[in-house]
Amino acid sequence: MSTTVEHAGAHGYRWWISDAWEMALRNLKHIQRTPDLLMYALIQPVMFIVLFRYVLGGAIDVPGGDYSQFLLPGIFVQMVLFGSVAGTAVGVADDMGRGIMDRFRSMPVSRSAVLVGRTLSEIARNLVAVVVMIAAGLLVGFRFDGDPLPMTAAFALLLAFGYAFSWLAALIGMAVSGAEAAQAGGTVWLFPFTFISSTFVPVSSMPGWLQAYAEHSPVTVLVDTLRAWFGGHDAGSSAWQSLAWTVGVLAVCAPAAVARYRGKSA
Amino acid sequence: MADAIVVDALRKDYGDVRALDGLSLTVAEGSVLGLLGPNGAGKTTAVRILATLLRPDAGTVEVCGIDALRSPQRVRPLIGLTGQYAAVDEKLTGFENLRMLGRLFRLGRTQARQRADELLEGFGLAEAAGRPVRTYSGGMRRRLDLAASLIARPRVVFLDEPTTGLDPRSRAAIWRITEDLVAEGTTVLLTTQYLEEADRLAEAVAVIDQGRVIARGTPDELKNRVGGERVEIGLTDPGDAERAQRAVRAVTAGAPCSYDGEGRLVVQVAGGASLMPELMREFDTAGVAVADLAVRRPTLDDVFLSLTGRPSPAPGQDTRKEQEEREAPPPDRVAAATGGRADGR
Repeated sequence: MSTTVEHAGAHGYRWWISDAWEMALRNLKHIQRTPDLLMYALIQPVMFIVLFRYVLGGAIDVPGGDYSQFLLPGIFVQMVLFGSVAGTAVGVADDMGRGIMDRFRSMPVSRSAVLVGRTLSEIARNLVAVVVMIAAGLLVGFRFDGDPLPMTAAFALLLAFGYAFSWLAALIGMAVSGAEAAQAGGTVWLFPFTFISSTFVPVSSMPGWLQAYAEHSPVTVLVDTLRAWFGGHDAGSSAWQSLAWTVGVLAVCAPAAVARYRGKSA
Repeated sequence: MADAIVVDALRKDYGDVRALDGLSLTVAEGSVLGLLGPNGAGKTTAVRILATLLRPDAGTVEVCGIDALRSPQRVRPLIGLTGQYAAVDEKLTGFENLRMLGRLFRLGRTQARQRADELLEGFGLAEAAGRPVRTYSGGMRRRLDLAASLIARPRVVFLDEPTTGLDPRSRAAIWRITEDLVAEGTTVLLTTQYLEEADRLAEAVAVIDQGRVIARGTPDELKNRVGGERVEIGLTDPGDAERAQRAVRAVTAGAPCSYDGEGRLVVQVAGGASLMPELMREFDTAGVAVADLAVRRPTLDDVFLSLTGRPSPAPGQDTRKEQEEREAPPPDRVAAATGGRADGR
């Protein structure tokens, strides 16, 4: 009675890929045809880089003394999270409120492929944002000192982390009552989530009770990994921890989101 | 002829509200059933259950001989759904919409393109094929939506208020397409509040109210059930109403007569036409000035009134949601107007 039955076997697998591809294509066209949203998604990281580098950076003491080197990995993580979560939550919520979702549900479309296609296509938006952030980072004095392999791994981990959280965003998108609510509710928690970490300041500068959380925040372990790999250092256990968070969030949120989507469609 | 749709004893509750209360109906293969009822009667809930979008709390549903509750995934390739508001992607072009939906309906790549072109052509949208749907008019959008539901040549099509909010020309276009569909052997379940629509398209009509079928038959059968003609009298001076009603009673020997408070009398009486001369004489004697006078056969509106004791909902009495749809809102407002979420009602 589950819809997966129909998609079992090689033939079903092929259609599953086709469904996911069509959904991804649809979303890519949406991103491409909403240039103002894309612009906003690009201006925000540049704004954060400039504000923190030049306005706040002078007052923040960091190990090594160079705030640009400290800041950029943090901005990468924060902005990729904002991009994944806002994009997916708003997109899913928007779809839910429109008849098009009913149409998809009344069709022989794989339920999981609808969400897989959407979340995968959000990676494209993040890729563009990452390129813009690299350019902005270089302009404000950030230097990539690491070896190519760890640095490539750093970007891959960054995008995978963002991808995992886009599944959490899909859950948010289905839970709230519209695109506006998704925009607000989907992103507001990201401020404490990304700020209470080593993103902008050393964790050691926070009060003790906050440090306890900040040290182990998934954002901190990823930011620390990126810092190490971009700077040519060993990331230690941070790398494994960020990978574990990525896999963990994905393992919990993706099945939950698909189940919820199925539940909504009888 | 076999039945393409068999629905038995459907029940669906939304909290305390019973949307469907033992709804049963059948639709013969290749025929059109008009599901008629006011807002909140359960029409849309019934369609959503039939289209595998919603599960009932009790009852059985069979579509093309398949148990739709047990095997919804086997029903989906056989059905097409056109909802109350156009379910197409605003940011994609007409062609892109149909091509994508064709692929999702398991058509091959080439086949999906061909079918998209063919439908755009057939529905008079070929020129607009390359434009984003958000630039379409309400009527074009609805046609595209209908085209989208026909991509896979479904055996059963659900049309949920397909012409709500459309201008007469667009409505006529949708009607022609529907008639073509039926001519090709497609089974259609049509919900509507427009009684003339059911009259025009449906061989059989089921009137539903408060989640159950309260009458069923051909439009003519239902009209005969009400009996008699309607004599409508427009008074020049509403002040004459009381005298006019007395005159009517004298002529028709107490046939049901209603007054709308604004100078219009409606008398329900058998052999209405033959009573006209006498009625005019009586008005003359009583000094009642008549602005217009008409005799008409009962409409499905009258059927509804006599079945439920309530008039069928006029546009002005609709819910907020449907009023906003009637105005064919710009796409970005649809989500807000419907509370951001199709609520299944």
